[in-house]
Amino acid sequence: MTELTCIGCPLGCRLTVDEENDYAVTGNSCKKGAEYGKNELKNPTRVLTTTVNAEGGIHGRCPVRTEAPIPKAMLFDAMKVLSEVTVKAPVKCGETVLEDILGTGVNVIATRDL
Amino acid sequence: MYELAVIGGGPAGLAAAYSAYQNGLRNIVILERDKELGGILNQCIHNGFGLHRFKEELSGPEYAHRFIEMLKDTSVEVRLDTMVIEITDDKKIFINSPKGYECIEAQSIVLSMGCRERTRGAISIPGTRPSGVFTAGAAQRYLNMEGLMAGKRVVILGSGDIGLIMARRMTLEGAKVLACVELMPYSGGLTRNIVQCLDDFGIPLYLSHTVTEIRGDKRLEGITVMKVDENRQPIEGTEMDFDCDTLLLSVGLIPENELTREAGIAMDPKTNGAFVFENMETSIEGIFACGNAVHVHDLVDFVSAESERAGAAAAEYVKNGASDSEVIEIVNGADVGYTVPQKLHRNTKAEKIDVFFRVRRVFSKSRVVVSSGDTEIAVFKKAFMVPGEMQHLVIPTDKLRDFDTITVTAQEA
Ligand SMILES: Cc1cc2nc3c(=O)[nH]c(=O)nc-3n(C[C@H](O)[C@H](O)[C@H](O)COP(=O)(O)OP(=O)(O)OC[C@H]3O[C@@H](n4cnc5c(N)ncnc54)[C@H](O)[C@@H]3O)c2cc1C
Ligand code: SF4
Repeated sequence: MTELTCIGCPLGCRLTVDEENDYAVTGNSCKKGAEYGKNELKNPTRVLTTTVNAEGGIHGRCPVRTEAPIPKAMLFDAMKVLSEVTVKAPVKCGETVLEDILGTGVNVIATRDL
Repeated sequence: MYELAVIGGGPAGLAAAYSAYQNGLRNIVILERDKELGGILNQCIHNGFGLHRFKEELSGPEYAHRFIEMLKDTSVEVRLDTMVIEITDDKKIFINSPKGYECIEAQSIVLSMGCRERTRGAISIPGTRPSGVFTAGAAQRYLNMEGLMAGKRVVILGSGDIGLIMARRMTLEGAKVLACVELMPYSGGLTRNIVQCLDDFGIPLYLSHTVTEIRGDKRLEGITVMKVDENRQPIEGTEMDFDCDTLLLSVGLIPENELTREAGIAMDPKTNGAFVFENMETSIEGIFACGNAVHVHDLVDFVSAESERAGAAAAEYVKNGASDSEVIEIVNGADVGYTVPQKLHRNTKAEKIDVFFRVRRVFSKSRVVVSSGDTEIAVFKKAFMVPGEMQHLVIPTDKLRDFDTITVTAQEA
């Protein structure tokens, strides 16, 4: 059994998810909560936002994000990979700075012009 | 002479300038003290911006980028490194820029200076004054713009969104965030941020707690946290010590309004911003205000929408002069902390009025009642309201025109 808070709406229901019982959710006030609870335990994912080193621009860091959510368990490994990346100005907002991070099939893109 | 001068090039100023352009003005200038446009969004690199407006989750810089790109195809002039020092009620604007000190004039002005962070919480904490105590926004700027970490072992005072976002950000960068401490019995930030920035990393949130002592000579070495009673007084025997080198303050934002006050514009003590009409006009004709300079927003999407109204109204003023309308006052009823706008022009052409407000306490199933005297004008059902989330009502203007004052009240259902 795991307890978590639903982020589906401001009500913030306290959910209890029973992993032993096909991820049955209790405590939710609507269907969205059941789906969220199940997903959060079976396959939680997050968009990662951070910065990478930048050369030749007006700032020494360039903000980036994963183009799509990646598995939550990979966040720290992804940070490690990105700490080795350097971009050179000019960079365009939306440009790929790293392809297929950690074999997830997800690209990392710049989120500003630099 | 400019048709419109916009003071501040954050999301509010950008949207106001673009909307004034779309509504026919051609001689517009944006005055920005920083070396680039985008305002505070430049340092908000996390995602979650633009969900309402673009139906996508953008990061702060990406959201700003969309508006900066739109302006590129217009005749709007942008002056960076340009600090506005003073404005007058006859719309003279005194600026300091690389060209030196000058005075420019405009037919209309939009005030969009944003807000700054409160630091007051810190001043009342007893103990030493070591380095290592930062506002969350300052730490965000160091890390996201310059790549510098404020410290390694961190406690966050206040559960505002910026503090929560920084808890996650510093954790991902390798710091240990020991706790987030909140004086009130509820969080000041969005639920989503509590879950994704604290719960995700097992960072405890202590509600009804505060920092009662700061220790350390040169650098912060530790703090004491205590539980508080209903009167927010520390309870003996609840002391918890934390060894930390960094304390981040996330204790609220205040609209930035020195310029507004000095120009003699009427201020609302509840918002710390100017009193505004439905078209974002202030007490001085032809001077408008929008964004965080008017009231602190949680979501930038609403900043953009409100600022577009300000820009359109500035264009209307330049083309057709001031409206000589009677005024309807909006009054705060029980448990409503403030409303924006605070006043309506009775003859406004707007078909509906957007009213923003914050409640003073937590409500579960509730009703928001818009009334005048004994007449109920409109009732809105709400499943849940907290002070941390701005509320939004849309009211058809024709329902309001016959009244002189309108009261907005929050009630249990
Ligand atoms: C540290 C911080 C973090 C935030 N994080 C989030 C978040 O995660 N998500 C979210 O939705 N909202 C966030 N907000 C709220 C966010 O600020 C607003 O949503 C939005 O950016 C407000 O836009 P604005 O244009 O009113 O203000 P700002 O973005 O603050 O822009 C104001 C601009 O005016 C300029 N200016 C001020 N005074 C002068 C002057 N005298 N002369 C010339 N220029 C001047 C400033 O340099 C700045 O560029 C945050 C706010 C702060 C302070
Ligand atoms: S379960 Fe439904 S009602 Fe409860 S927080 Fe989630 S989305 Fe909202």
